[in-house]
Amino acid sequence: MSKKQARVLPRSVIASLAFVSGFCIMTIEMLGARILSPYFGGSLSVWGSIITIFMLALSLGYLLGGRLSTKNPNAITYAMFFIGAGAFSLPVILFADPIMEPIFMAIEDPRYGSLFASIFLFFIPTSILGMISPYSVRLMVESEEHSGHMAGLLYFVSTLGSAVGTLGTSFYFVLWFEVNQILWGAVFSLVLAGVVILLSSYLKNLKSANRSATYAKKRA
Amino acid sequence: MQKNVLKNLCQLCAVTALLFSQASVWAETIHEERSKYRDITVTQVGDRRCLLFNVHRGDRNQTCMMVDDRDLLVFDYTRMSFSGMLLQPEPESILVIGLGGGSIPMTFADMFPNAKIDVVEIDEAVVRVAEEYFYYSDTDNMTVYVDDGRPFIKRAGIRGQTYDYIVLDAFSGDYIPEHMLTREFLEEVKSIMTADSVLVANTFSTSRLYDHESVTYQRAFGEFYNFKLPTSGNRMIIAQLGTLPPRGELVEESRRIAASLEKYGVPLSDYPRRLTTRVDWDMSRRELTDQYSPGNLLRDN
Repeated sequence: MSKKQARVLPRSVIASLAFVSGFCIMTIEMLGARILSPYFGGSLSVWGSIITIFMLALSLGYLLGGRLSTKNPNAITYAMFFIGAGAFSLPVILFADPIMEPIFMAIEDPRYGSLFASIFLFFIPTSILGMISPYSVRLMVESEEHSGHMAGLLYFVSTLGSAVGTLGTSFYFVLWFEVNQILWGAVFSLVLAGVVILLSSYLKNLKSANRSATYAKKRA
Repeated sequence: MQKNVLKNLCQLCAVTALLFSQASVWAETIHEERSKYRDITVTQVGDRRCLLFNVHRGDRNQTCMMVDDRDLLVFDYTRMSFSGMLLQPEPESILVIGLGGGSIPMTFADMFPNAKIDVVEIDEAVVRVAEEYFYYSDTDNMTVYVDDGRPFIKRAGIRGQTYDYIVLDAFSGDYIPEHMLTREFLEEVKSIMTADSVLVANTFSTSRLYDHESVTYQRAFGEFYNFKLPTSGNRMIIAQLGTLPPRGELVEESRRIAASLEKYGVPLSDYPRRLTTRVDWDMSRRELTDQYSPGNLLRDN
C-alpha cells in the first residue's frame, strides 16, 4: 500500500538540522530576557512576554511550514528556512536599541512594552524556525505507516536540541561570551545549516544522475 | 583534674540553660506568603521584628525593626546606607531602589521631612508587607513605585530628573538583578545625578563578583569610596560624578552631623576612617556590560 518516494536529503542530515534549529530557538529565547532587561527590567512579566511571543510565532510557523510542505517539498525551500531565520535574526544583533527605544518611550507599562518589543525582535525569525519542524517531517516520511515514527524522531531530536541550547546558553555561553557573540554564533549555525542542505542535495542529485546515466549506459 | 571536670560540667549546664532560654524566645512567624519573586516571612522575637526572604534557602534577614523603638536601625548595612551624608548632608531629593522593610526611606523621611523621596520596589507583595508589618506608608513627599529599578531610572534620566542622594539596595536577595550591575546602567544612574549628588550602592563583598563590580564602578565613576565594616558582610560603594572630597572634609562633616544620626543608631563619626579609595580587587577582571553580565553565575564561583 505504501507509496515509496525518493528522499530529498539523507535522514541523518535532516535529524541533525532539526537539532540545530531547536538549539537556536532556545538560545535566542534565553538571551531575549537579557536583551529586553535594559529597557523593560527583569520582572516576571518580561519573561512572560518573551515566552508568549515565541510560542505564538512557533505555532504560526508550524502551521505555515506544514502547509508549505504539501506542495512539492524540496531541499531549496528547506534550506531557505534556515538561511531566512538567520537573516531575520540579524536585527536582534544590529538594531535592538533603535527598535526598543521608541517602544520604551511610547509604552509606560513594561508588560506591554516588552510584549511589543518581543514581537518586533523575535516574531519573524522564530516563525521561520517553526516552519522547519513540519517540513522536516515531510522530507523524512516515505510512507504513511512510519509517519508517526518519523514525527516522533524529529520532535525528539529538535526538543533535545532545545534542551541543550537552553542549558548551554544559561549555564555557560553567557559566562564565556557577550550576548551578540552568542547571537552571531546562532546566525552562523543557521546559515551554515542552509548551506549544508544545498550542498548535500546537490551531491545527491549528482549521484542519482550518475546512477541513471550508468543504468542508461548498461541498457544501451 | 576534678576541678576541671566540675568546671566543664558547669559550662555544660550554662550552655544548656542558654539553649533553653533561647528556645523560649524562639522567633515566632507572624506572616508568611509566596510572592511572584520570593517567599516572604515576617518573624518576631521579643520586640525585634524581621523580614526574611526565601528562608528555606537559608537567606538572612532582609531588615529588622525594634517595635518599641522604631527609629533604631538594627543592621549595619542599613546604617551604612547613610554614609553618603558625609558627602551630601542635606539632600532635597532622594531615590531608594529596593524597599525591603522600608527602614531606609522612613529614616530619610524622618530626617528630611521636606525632601522628596521616591522608592522603587519590584515586588508589590513586599510593599504590602512593609505597610502592614513595618509601619511603612507613603506620605505627601514619599512615594513607593512598584517597578523595576532600571526602567525607572532610565525614564527619570530621559525626563531630566535628578536626585541628590541615591541608594541602590536591590542586591541583597537570593537572585541578583544582572541588568543593574552593568556599565550601561551606571551611565543611566549618572544621568540622574548632579555634581552634588551621591550614590550609595550596597554590593557584594565576597566572590568573584566583587572584582567585576569594582572594575565596572571604577570605569563609570573613576575613583570611589569603598566602605566595609568588620562586622558586616556588605560593601558599600560611595560615588560622585566629580572628584571625591578628601577624607579630612568627611571627618569634619561627620563631627558636624553625627549627633543628628545618633537616635537612628548610625555611628557616623566612626565611618570616615573606614572609607578608602585603595584598590583591593583584581583590576584585570572583565567589566560588566549589558552584553556581558553573568552576575548570578559569578557569585557562585
